[in-house]
Amino acid sequence: MLTQVQAPTNLATPLLEARGLVKQFGDLRANDNVNIAIYPGEVHAILGENGAGKSTLMKMLYGFYQPTAGQIFLNGQPMIINSPQDGRRLGIGMVFQNFTLIPALTVIENVALFLPDLRAVFSQKEIEQRIKEASAKYDLRVDPRATVGELSMGEQQKVEILKIILAGAKVLIFDEPTSVLAPHEVGGLFQVFNKLRADGYAILFITHKMPEVMAVADRITVLRRGRVVETMPVAGATETELVTMLLGSAPPEAARITQFKDTTGQTPLLIFDRITVPDEQTKIGLKEVSFQVFPGEIVGVAGVSGNGQQTLIEAALGLRPHTAGTIHLMGENVANWPVEKKLQAGLGCIPEDPLLMGAIPGMRVYENMILGEQHQYADQGGLSMNWKRVRDKATQFLNSTFISSAPRLEVMVETLSGGNLQRVIIAREVGRQPKLLIAYYVARGLDISNAEAARRLLLKHREQGMGILLISEDLDELFALSDRLLVMHHGHIVGTFRPQETTAHDVGILMTGGTITHA
Amino acid sequence: MTTSFIEGVLTGSIQSSTSVLYAALGEVVVERAGVINLGVEGTMLMGAVTGFMVTAQTGSALLGVVAGGLAAGVFNLILAYLVVTRKANQLASGLALMFFGLGLSALIGKPYVGQLVHGLDALPIPFLADLPVIGRILFNHDILIYLMVPLAALVWWVLFRTKWGLSLRAVGENKVVAFAAGLKPELLQYQAVFIGGVLAGLGGAHLSLAFAQSWSEGMTSGRGFIAVALVIFAAWHPFRAVAAALLFGGALALQLQLQARGANISPFLLDMIPYLLTLGVLLFVQKGRKRAMPEGLKAVFEGTN
Amino acid sequence: MLNGNSLAQIGKQQFSGLLRYMAMLALALLVFALVLLIFGKNPAQAYADIFSSTIGSAYGLSEVLVKVIPLVLCALAVLLPARIGLVNVGGEGQLYMGALLATWGALAVGDSLPAVIGIPLMIILGFVGGGLWAAIPAFLRAKGWLNETISTLLLNYVAVLWVNFFVFGPFKDPESANFPQSVLFADSVRLPFIGSSRVHFGLVLGLIALVVLYFVLKKTRWGYEMRAIGGNPEAARRHGLPITRYILVTMFIAGGLAGLAGMGEVMAIQGRLRPGFSPGYGYMGFLISWLALHNPLGVVVMSFLIAIIALGGDTLQITQGMPFSSVNVLMSLILFIVLGKFFNNMSFGWPKWEAK
Repeated sequence: MLTQVQAPTNLATPLLEARGLVKQFGDLRANDNVNIAIYPGEVHAILGENGAGKSTLMKMLYGFYQPTAGQIFLNGQPMIINSPQDGRRLGIGMVFQNFTLIPALTVIENVALFLPDLRAVFSQKEIEQRIKEASAKYDLRVDPRATVGELSMGEQQKVEILKIILAGAKVLIFDEPTSVLAPHEVGGLFQVFNKLRADGYAILFITHKMPEVMAVADRITVLRRGRVVETMPVAGATETELVTMLLGSAPPEAARITQFKDTTGQTPLLIFDRITVPDEQTKIGLKEVSFQVFPGEIVGVAGVSGNGQQTLIEAALGLRPHTAGTIHLMGENVANWPVEKKLQAGLGCIPEDPLLMGAIPGMRVYENMILGEQHQYADQGGLSMNWKRVRDKATQFLNSTFISSAPRLEVMVETLSGGNLQRVIIAREVGRQPKLLIAYYVARGLDISNAEAARRLLLKHREQGMGILLISEDLDELFALSDRLLVMHHGHIVGTFRPQETTAHDVGILMTGGTITHA
Repeated sequence: MTTSFIEGVLTGSIQSSTSVLYAALGEVVVERAGVINLGVEGTMLMGAVTGFMVTAQTGSALLGVVAGGLAAGVFNLILAYLVVTRKANQLASGLALMFFGLGLSALIGKPYVGQLVHGLDALPIPFLADLPVIGRILFNHDILIYLMVPLAALVWWVLFRTKWGLSLRAVGENKVVAFAAGLKPELLQYQAVFIGGVLAGLGGAHLSLAFAQSWSEGMTSGRGFIAVALVIFAAWHPFRAVAAALLFGGALALQLQLQARGANISPFLLDMIPYLLTLGVLLFVQKGRKRAMPEGLKAVFEGTN
Repeated sequence: MLNGNSLAQIGKQQFSGLLRYMAMLALALLVFALVLLIFGKNPAQAYADIFSSTIGSAYGLSEVLVKVIPLVLCALAVLLPARIGLVNVGGEGQLYMGALLATWGALAVGDSLPAVIGIPLMIILGFVGGGLWAAIPAFLRAKGWLNETISTLLLNYVAVLWVNFFVFGPFKDPESANFPQSVLFADSVRLPFIGSSRVHFGLVLGLIALVVLYFVLKKTRWGYEMRAIGGNPEAARRHGLPITRYILVTMFIAGGLAGLAGMGEVMAIQGRLRPGFSPGYGYMGFLISWLALHNPLGVVVMSFLIAIIALGGDTLQITQGMPFSSVNVLMSLILFIVLGKFFNNMSFGWPKWEAK
């Protein structure tokens, strides 16, 4: 049923409207009957967890995807947006998390590149003038002559905005705009939103951060599992209401599967003591992070991805140096240890991106199974590899991990599906029975039954004394498995709990940068 | 250090650097578009032999120069086809092009070996050419030499002040963004490679029609490779390429003059300077140079293209 | 069995691959024949001449082998680093430096040493000379300061100039006033020939290198580790593989192999150091390794092919009055055809390389 959405003001015609939008990918319905309308002079937030369908919706609005069903209206007229170029021409501008900027060129040049009316011989001064005017008007202060590569992320974002404004956009869509900003730059961005809104622009921004929504949005649409839960004005809504909409009613006090373990008197497998790692351009560092992992326990790390978890792993492995603090592995200070030594000491890791970080695509499954341990299968001091032993071990690992249809040993890893690759990596890392296992997003790409199997596997090894650092965004998983729970935000540990001492709701607030205020 | 020595070095450096500079300017355009042509040597030779052949047949050196440029431009399109359309490895393709140019030019030029032609005339600028010393150094050259600096300025202007130049640089940095901006990366790369070829061909033609006024197999003697090194040294900037080419040419002229005077410094050590300088500059001025390299080229050097 | 496919399937794959190569070669020969016709030469006669002067006679075959030696060594110098994703275009320079260091040694010892010491000394010096020259770009790469493609390329010119410097200067034979060259080396340091041909001991070195590399890459733990690094340096790094060590070692050995090629040319064929003694073996080695997809067996085949073509050039110069360089046309035609077809699934798909 196509329905009209409530108008916030007297204006009857939304600048951009979607009615009954559906996007189907095979069996997966990423967006289901989505209705949304954005009016000029409005800042509209789209809130949802990962996988809620936000970016699919955006991609349809700016022309990257074609809707499976439903219609898009521009100024009341039905439109078919065939491509992002089309969308730009129609006045829809998109600012991604990865900017479409060329770092080696100046601001003027980057803006010029996207101008629809650029002449064969163009005047840098004229474009500079246009940039300065828009800069002043909308608080997008940036030096037009600067090389984009030298600008901070916040300034680069300003250039992106200038670019789409000067290219004629009237609807501005932002995908997680604050994820690339330092905390002090966020206010500046909201200032810009306010100025743009005052001038009649329509702003749509995707986020999963509550405080932002409260701070700047006029209206909010909450998406969950591809559907619109509700669209409502922000004024008058409370955070609790919104979080409930976000996570679903009655966030489960997930049943604990295991008993709580007493770890007093044991040597921790891993100690992070006030570890600080500087931020890099795209990766948030760590700020005085301290925690311990004991044998036989699962320490969960909750947090939205991109808040320092990657750095945490890299610091533990030793791939990124820390500028302050100490790390102890199995009781020893591992300040200068090479990766090899740590692996031999009993550290294992299921990486964030299995294809990029965990496997050799051009090799076969059985060859990948010994990555990092290859010297154990080398005979005669390395002169020959005992491939029979490798195969046996690989088979053993796979059988002990998979409940069904393990991939064949000879298969090239690059042909594996995401889920199968993940299972192979799990089989390898867990099969080696490390003393300490760092696992990032264990259930990546796995269907329900395999995800459950993976979790049960972790629990089994926990019973046998393995210490596990479990990094995840999935609160259900974390609550079900963790003995203790840490919450990360912007490189800090903002909370330490036992799961039974807290609720998913509170953790959600901490994850999104808020503070717990209830008594 | 007599005036005649200095005069000899300066005049010589201008004359020897011309062909290298044209090739380098062409290569700047090509590399700014994200393509590296290790086969400039072959392209220059095609320009040299075609220019010589046309001049020998028609008697007009100017016609020869134009023909040389065009022929080299078309020749370079082979590289464009391999690298842009067939997505072949750029380094290997460039080297293959070099061998092709070496061989083909040798075949074409065989009948003309030892022949003399009326090459490019020197065009003394009235009044200025009569000035003592400076007149002989600066104002008594052929048309291609006079056009060196204006050409560099033209290349600069096109690259940095026109839509085409901006589009080209965008393609050389990031084809995906360029495509998102509505550009056609492949077409632009073809155009860049053609223009680069024309310029290299002009450089080759200068070699056979002005500098040596004759043809012999492989007469560029590595100038094509020098041009490639020059471009890196000049951080892909047309004006710095002029300075760099004069430096190279100067080293060449210097050693000739020194030899004529029986001086002791080995010319080979002098010849090394530009390469060592390039290495040093690449190492120590890292920030500037690394940033100056078009991103598209970085993929070539990482072995992924 | 290593492969999931049956033997029949493997055989079929290899055969169709071979068929493809033959087709490409045939196409190149056809185009070259056309080129010859355009220039007024007789292609049939030309090909017959090439055949008889190369593989058509025992002497021809031995001359082909003479060229195969430096080609194989220089190709291996590209192949080994390529396994871990490095691009070594510096074979030419490493070749010259190997020749230079060996020359220095030969001049220093004169004829004072017995051959049984002199020759191994030359081999060591040749290897070390080329190896050290390759170690420079390797170090710069390992530190993340400079990409090895550029540095090896630039160092090629510097190496040639160094050799010129010495040949025109300190190493110059005072008795050969008109052309610069070193004195003739003593017999005790010259590589022995095999039989009455000019095929020299370098062939043995090349074969040893080939067999050792093949074995190491295919069978050993180091071969596995190199494949891992070349396949995905990031994953390799995260699993503790010592990437820096491999960069330094493979480049040193690679440079050493090219250095052996240079030493062989100078100590066996030339008998003295002359400027510009290499007709571009280093660059040809790069192309050979590329054509062979960095496969040791393919390198042997391709080296023979290129050697035949190069030798054919000498022949055509005499019999058909064509400039030697014209065979470059044939060689590059083969290259164009191969390069134009090989992309994506045929290549290794080298991933991005992180310097650290």
